[in-house]
Amino acid sequence: MATETGPILDVRNIYKRFGGVQALDDVSMNLYPGEVVALAGDNGAGKSTLIKAISGVYRADEGEIVLAGEPVHFASPEAARGAGIETIYQDLALADNLSIGANIFLGREPMRNMFGFLPVLDRRKMAAAAKETMARLDFHVSRLEAPVGRFSGGQRQAVAIGRAIYWNARVLIMDEPTAALGVPEQRKVLSLVQTLKTQGQGVIFISHNLHDIFAVADRIFVLRRGQLAGERRIEDTNPDEVVRLMVGG
Amino acid sequence: MSASSAAAPGTGAKPNAGLAWLARIAELRAWLFLLILVVFFETWAQVAYGVTFFGSSYNLQSIAVFAVAPLLLALGSTFVIISGGIDLSIGFVMGLSAVVAAHGVNIAGHWLSPFPAMLVGIVAGLLVTLVPGKINGLLIAKLNIPPFIGTLGMFGVARGVAFLIAGGTTVPVSNHWFASLGNDRIFGLPYVVLVTVLFLIGMHYLLSQTRFGQHTYALGANEQATIRAGIDVDRLKQRLYMLSAFCAGIGGVLYAARFTAGAAQAGEPLLLDSIAAVVIGGASLFGGSGTVFGTVAGSLVIAVIQYGLVFINVEPFWQFVAVGCVIIISVLVDQTQRRFTER
Repeated sequence: MATETGPILDVRNIYKRFGGVQALDDVSMNLYPGEVVALAGDNGAGKSTLIKAISGVYRADEGEIVLAGEPVHFASPEAARGAGIETIYQDLALADNLSIGANIFLGREPMRNMFGFLPVLDRRKMAAAAKETMARLDFHVSRLEAPVGRFSGGQRQAVAIGRAIYWNARVLIMDEPTAALGVPEQRKVLSLVQTLKTQGQGVIFISHNLHDIFAVADRIFVLRRGQLAGERRIEDTNPDEVVRLMVGG
Repeated sequence: MSASSAAAPGTGAKPNAGLAWLARIAELRAWLFLLILVVFFETWAQVAYGVTFFGSSYNLQSIAVFAVAPLLLALGSTFVIISGGIDLSIGFVMGLSAVVAAHGVNIAGHWLSPFPAMLVGIVAGLLVTLVPGKINGLLIAKLNIPPFIGTLGMFGVARGVAFLIAGGTTVPVSNHWFASLGNDRIFGLPYVVLVTVLFLIGMHYLLSQTRFGQHTYALGANEQATIRAGIDVDRLKQRLYMLSAFCAGIGGVLYAARFTAGAAQAGEPLLLDSIAAVVIGGASLFGGSGTVFGTVAGSLVIAVIQYGLVFINVEPFWQFVAVGCVIIISVLVDQTQRRFTER
């Protein structure tokens, strides 16, 4: 990865139309390693269309997506994930009955040979990877064999993120990660985002909550009716200005 | 939400140890049921007749032979139920397999000596099950038919085809090797029990130690997550229903060997017992949980109830009442456990 200085993700002049609705109209944004970029905007402003275009769910009508200096065209979300763009969904996409390690390795389980010939799941390797990954996120888990369904919302979010970074995600898209969580859990998730940032991860953070955005983001892109209403460094702006950009006027 | 959630990141993630214990007990409930039944029947036999029930190796063997057929069906159902599905067709897939195996042994016997003729019949009886299994899988995976409906349809199809192939009657087999497989023993252990024990060890390995097993659990817990993890869920479902049919096939072949006859209705009374065994064994009909050894315990619970009630001379109809009560208690235990351990 020869992108020490350049953006890890560069979205250039994206257009996307659904029937008569111009959902994205000449939207550009970028993201640097170790940076948290917030996407803000009212409902229908185009936030989710934009992340779906980035994560391979939709194909943009026009425009370019450049990942680590290379133009990319994703045919599917799987292709985007394979290239290192991982979306952490609200429903988390975890199998609640499996352990953290089994969730991290789901679909790519490591095997070992028992008695030299019988392939069996390498649970020790999965548990070790789980422990290491969760420690990297500052979550120290004592019961590695417990199914993730027994953990709290914030912890489960950490598992979903842990899976992404274990498989070398370069861009993490977090869609309303603090919604449906209690206040202490929200704080945990925000500090998780900080941890990711210090480790050089690029994070796109979508939130309705300006308080959360100002707590973790470095820059903010505000969308309004499919267009980029403004881009600000977080230290150069304030919630009032962001709200004005969101609603117009 | 746990009390530890108020702490700073880095200190949480400790599920309550008491709840973990409760979950453990609920998981092992089938073995507890079994223990209670053993104590009950032993006490009854000692007090009422002054004989031992479980001390008798004859009784133990009878119970084991009794448990074999429903257990074989239940092993396949364990996988299907863990994946969040159900397979109702196995009752008649077993009959189909029994009839085809019986015909196979007889027809091959015209050309071959008895031992290879037996092998031909066994292979035919097993292979034929892959047809309904594959069709079930395709209906459920590709056409998105709910498993309950798809396999109910196959229940009817397999039933009809089995009776047609059997000519509406039972198909007697004359092959001494085949009869020996069904009725003889090695070191005092009936072959049918031995085959079943070996098979269930293989199934335990498959469920607990392979990717196939792991993906089966994931599918039952969260199909979307399983798809997102890049697992070919369609193929997984097809394999699950083929495995389920294959288990019924082993049941059918052993049935034909034991009774030296193939009967289309061989598995009909076993279908509900086998699903009950899976549920008593700790699997949830909502998918995501269950184990092979749980199902073994569940099958033994049912077999002990059925055999035990006959042994202590209670009217046999009580066995339906008893099995029904155990199912209900088992599901209640499961739900109570869930309420306490899940957020």
